[in-house]
Amino acid sequence: MDQKITGRAYVLGANIDTDQIIPAEHLVYSLSDPEESRNYGRFALSGVPPALAGLPEGHIPFTEGDRWRSSFNIIVAGNNFGCGSSREHAPFALQKAGVRAVIAPSYARIFYRNAVDGGFVIPYESEEDLSDLIATGDQLELDTAANRLYNSTQGKSHALRPLGDVGPIIAAGGLFAYARQQGMIAT
Amino acid sequence: MPAMTITEKILAKAAGKTVVTPGENIWIKVDTLMTHDVCGPPTFQIWQKEFGENAAIWDREKVVMFPDHYIFTEDPHANRNVRILREFARDRQLPNYYDVQSERYKGVCHIALAEEGYNLPGTVLIGTDSHSCTSGAFGLFSTGVGNTDAAFILGTGTIWEKVPASMRFTFEGESPPYVTAKDMILQILGDIGTDGATYRAMEFDGSAVQALSMDERMTLTNMAIEAGGMNGIIAADEKTEAYVKARSNAPYELFRSDGDARYRASYRYDVAAMEPLVAKPHSPDNRDTVRAVRGTPLTKAYIGSCTGGKLSDFRMAASILINQKVSVPTFVVPGSTGVARLLELETYKGIVLREILEDAGCVIARSSCAACLGGPADTIGRSVDQDVVISTTNRNFPGRMGSKKSEVYLASALTVAASAVNGHITDPRDFM
Repeated sequence: MDQKITGRAYVLGANIDTDQIIPAEHLVYSLSDPEESRNYGRFALSGVPPALAGLPEGHIPFTEGDRWRSSFNIIVAGNNFGCGSSREHAPFALQKAGVRAVIAPSYARIFYRNAVDGGFVIPYESEEDLSDLIATGDQLELDTAANRLYNSTQGKSHALRPLGDVGPIIAAGGLFAYARQQGMIAT
Repeated sequence: MPAMTITEKILAKAAGKTVVTPGENIWIKVDTLMTHDVCGPPTFQIWQKEFGENAAIWDREKVVMFPDHYIFTEDPHANRNVRILREFARDRQLPNYYDVQSERYKGVCHIALAEEGYNLPGTVLIGTDSHSCTSGAFGLFSTGVGNTDAAFILGTGTIWEKVPASMRFTFEGESPPYVTAKDMILQILGDIGTDGATYRAMEFDGSAVQALSMDERMTLTNMAIEAGGMNGIIAADEKTEAYVKARSNAPYELFRSDGDARYRASYRYDVAAMEPLVAKPHSPDNRDTVRAVRGTPLTKAYIGSCTGGKLSDFRMAASILINQKVSVPTFVVPGSTGVARLLELETYKGIVLREILEDAGCVIARSSCAACLGGPADTIGRSVDQDVVISTTNRNFPGRMGSKKSEVYLASALTVAASAVNGHITDPRDFM
């Protein structure tokens, strides 16, 4: 896990469910084929209603047109991020689009597990809801050693909760890498 | 030994411990791993990549695969996923596979798990589907995971879990005929919200829960995930055992919560005082009474899914739709081929259920998840444009049933049927 993750913020509200992260009609694509799996990046967050996409103004597309990489790589959201279905395609789609970390006060359990165990994105919990304190496009720096988020656009800093029990899994790069480190499965 | 809840007892057994405490991370043995056409193929791919070409599945008898999500479609990618499932089952000689192109085809996995006898009390069932919590209606620990976790189980038969604190929901009193399990769970969702039970076990008990059929109990546990719950659970009783014994010879073990077990929160409800409810757009916790939204114009009605496509749901719908005509397109999707078969055998007032539904003008589709989660563009019943749908399904987040502009109201089969007749949201008591 990199100690510093920098990038531009993409801000969303509360209860962003997995259908908004990657609509069900797109779940048919291969996740392993390098070309085909780009569709997940392209359609990432395409289910968010336009007025709520990229707060506070809204109507900011996460990816432009046919592009599969986003210019935003840190998601800031409200409570209960990733609620809904168990689709691992959701954190995968965010990673494919270039997202490194999500910052929200709370997560739905399966999304959180998938993000950690698959090693896709780091699901950081914020002490307070930052979705109305940070604006889409703000330049952020995430310090994973200090558990702090710096907003250089606004000159503010915010506390994040330590990753706790899942820290070693994230640091290893996912469940399989962790299990190998621990000798739980053969290398 | 400290007092424990049923969830803690089952997890302790699966972890080989005598005691587990909420918040503790444990490794547990899995008894059943379930997957389907959407998450099976990526799970197999990860498993192969991580364990190698010649990897062995931890226990072929314990893997159950139901193609059910995107089945009756021309979408080539969706059909490729079903093909991958079929080939994997064949190549790896997995006995518990229910192919689309065979008489074994079942339909929606959570209903099929019950019907095929996989829901064994006291066991651990993990599925690559968030509604895997449904199986907890049989007194077992069941929850949903993603592809990586499922691939890990496929190779090792184990998984880590954080022991959840339990929340208790007790329903007492005599249930009026217009109050269903769907109304009970919508009541809870409105009270605690879509994250009210995140990382918690939701335990349902009380005389009004015991009075429910297994079908209806599954509606309660099915929507535990809509409150963020890790699992939903109802202790097994005589009804559970009779259901299981009729479908399986496998051993099982009965667990109950200790009288002095600790709960994070306890809620009590009197079902006699309850009334028909809906969840308004765009969240399952946006509860209101049917009375308060009656008259809302509709463009579509939908009866189906793991939540609302069981025999009990169609019995309820038929009791309203007999000698009536629907005035908006109404889609009936039996959850499983078993349910579809029973629609042709079971009667209401001497008339076969299927006939009642057809005569009322419902479109009866083949069993699958269908439009509950939108799916490919050619999915039957999928919402389009600015549809306003009333549905027996489980989620109404933006775009869930297809169109991002559509609005979905969630309700019981009674309320959906009554509303389908009038073309606007209607209290089922008007027809009872």
